[in-house]
Amino acid sequence: MLWKTTEYSGWGNALTATGDIARPERAATLARILDETPAPAFGNRRSYGDAALNDGGRAIDMTRLDKIIGFDPDTGVVEAEAGVTLTTLMRLFAHRGWVPAVVPGTGFATVGGAIAQDVHGKNHHAEGSFGNHVKSISLFTNGKRVTASPTRNKALFRATMGGVGQTGVILSAKLQMKPTPGTAMQVTETRLADWNDQIDALTSSTATYVVSWIDAQAKGDKMGRGILEEAELTSADAPAPDRAKSVPVNMSLFSNGLFARVFNEGYFRRVPATGRSSVKRLEEFFFPLDKIRNVNRLYGKKGFHQFQCVVPLDAIDVLEEMMHKVSRSGLASPLAVLKRMGPDRAGMMSFPMEGYTLAVDFPNRARATKLIAELERMTAQAGGRLYLAKDSLAHGDAIKAMYPDWSDWAAEVAKADPDRTMVTDMVRRLKLRG
Amino acid sequence: MQETWIILGATSSMARAFGRALAERGATVFLAGRDMEDLKGAAVDLAARGAARAEAVKFDARDPGSFQPIIDKACATEGTINAAVFVGSMPPQDEIDRDPALIEGTVIDSYTGPARFLHLLAPEMEARAGGTVVGVGSVAGDRGRIGNYVYGSAKAGFATYLAGLRNRLTRSGGHVITVKPGFVDTAMTWGIEGMFLVADPADVADDILKAVNRKKDVIYTPFFWRYIMLIIRAIPERVFKKLSV
Ligand SMILES: Cc1cc2nc3c(=O)[nH]c(=O)nc-3n(C[C@H](O)[C@H](O)[C@H](O)COP(=O)(O)OP(=O)(O)OC[C@H]3O[C@@H](n4cnc5c(N)ncnc54)[C@H](O)[C@@H]3O)c2cc1C
Repeated sequence: MLWKTTEYSGWGNALTATGDIARPERAATLARILDETPAPAFGNRRSYGDAALNDGGRAIDMTRLDKIIGFDPDTGVVEAEAGVTLTTLMRLFAHRGWVPAVVPGTGFATVGGAIAQDVHGKNHHAEGSFGNHVKSISLFTNGKRVTASPTRNKALFRATMGGVGQTGVILSAKLQMKPTPGTAMQVTETRLADWNDQIDALTSSTATYVVSWIDAQAKGDKMGRGILEEAELTSADAPAPDRAKSVPVNMSLFSNGLFARVFNEGYFRRVPATGRSSVKRLEEFFFPLDKIRNVNRLYGKKGFHQFQCVVPLDAIDVLEEMMHKVSRSGLASPLAVLKRMGPDRAGMMSFPMEGYTLAVDFPNRARATKLIAELERMTAQAGGRLYLAKDSLAHGDAIKAMYPDWSDWAAEVAKADPDRTMVTDMVRRLKLRG
Repeated sequence: MQETWIILGATSSMARAFGRALAERGATVFLAGRDMEDLKGAAVDLAARGAARAEAVKFDARDPGSFQPIIDKACATEGTINAAVFVGSMPPQDEIDRDPALIEGTVIDSYTGPARFLHLLAPEMEARAGGTVVGVGSVAGDRGRIGNYVYGSAKAGFATYLAGLRNRLTRSGGHVITVKPGFVDTAMTWGIEGMFLVADPADVADDILKAVNRKKDVIYTPFFWRYIMLIIRAIPERVFKKLSV
């Protein structure tokens, strides 16, 4: 059958939708669907909230449209259908000297999803966002197939990078990969004693890949402690992969404060006080959670929310205050990260801005959603913004105020999709299209 | 070692995943099927994924004239010649009940077409003293049941053919694997009621490649279908005939 009626959700499992999903396996099938009943597309639904949901409507699952259309080993330009995952690109091309220039923390993100959220990686401060490396896209928009690039159909291109699918369905993209000397990472881990240590380390690191884990349960003079990870691509040999693990059923471990405190203590002490350096496989470094299938079940049936904000460099005090609130609440899961961001972004609705970005997971509970609302308010006050790939709770007015190019984007989207065929739950919730 | 594979029914998602696994180990692959546009895209995909060479070729199980040109092409390459058969068609049983003429096509697509193709290929494999045939059957061939016994009987015939071919090719160092997949998550099963334990095509392809490497004779994929079918086959006919499983 072409359409399957099903209930589905984003990665956080807190928001769900019911509707008809098509999952075409051939370009010709997709073309027919788009001619007859255009609908929003999604990839692997690794967005946490409702960006990839269309309750009561139709949606197109792009994951089976995953052919490589071309690869030039001399230039490292790859052209791929939208459903190709980033971990696939890494696996196929790293041993031939090329890796995707930007990857997020999950390799299951598809090319289409990475473009539509203009995702960032651990090298954002040095190498920009995903869209900064997109040479061109083929887009189904307003009933036809259009090519857009930084020089051709410029506004459409900028509205599509980070445009959460609203300009149309991304069919394929040409990506400039970056050269790599090998298939592994040289990783240095350093303990950071407190918040000031964090900020100093993130500010002074000169590594290409930098991210730091933060113990979002640590209070008092330990507040902000964590582990700095700095890394470079290397030609050294990496150890063989571990066996994949899986979380078979929903269990609420990560929503348990005691578990989080014990886990964090162990995680912190895992790295010796003097730090350590090791060689890791690319996947192990870039996609650490992917080796546990269904890791999101660790939050239990009610699911969870990820709060991710970025605040400008000069608002560091507000971020520190936010972090105090998080740690005092005792609600945060062990998965929390802090990163320095650079200014580069590819689209009108792209998340990045120069500053610091903080991402923290919370169980889907009343006390947590109240805290997240407070954090949202503080982000706005700091002149920062929230990330649409993670959000499931924010208010439209606040979001629009955080994105200065929002009205240009909305105008471009109105031209690209005048019949509003691409509207999703997130767009309705945040009234993103006015 | 250089290896050439002919994949019949290469547009199916299981075949696509299997072709990719072969490409990543540097094989030469001929993608045979009817939808040339999709196959040409698939050939480019496999080349980018590491295939020594990948080419789309026209194959129609109902047109025996399409067989020899494919075999000639494959035989122009060095190394072992191998074939993987993913073809088959399964019109809904109630459509067949209304129009019994559909039986013939189902049997050609799922059994006699590929058998005839393999019969043309076998002498070449014998001459090269090696090579593997992967024949994808179905658990539906293990026992006739009300829901799909026309398709099931065709696949049962194919399985028996494969067993005979195995007996034949073993003498010259060749090998035949019968693959019996359970429910696989493909466009064919998408949205069909009553599917359970559906397997990812990539996992099925992985299982098949492992079976090729280890020279297995008959595999069920995922493995637990062996036990499910063991139970289903153990039900006495006198009871089974009243069930609707
Ligand atoms: C464990 C984990 C770690 C993560 N780490 C990071 C990180 O470090 N940095 C970061 O930036 N993000 C991160 N993310 C978020 C993730 O990268 C993004 O949500 C990404 O968009 C997911 O890709 P997807 O293919 O699953 O897209 P989906 O979530 O399925 O879709 C995302 C959006 O893209 C649209 N879309 C998808 N495909 C198409 C298409 N073909 N055409 C048009 N629109 C389309 C959808 O409509 C939706 O609006 C992480 C997520 C997880 C689960």
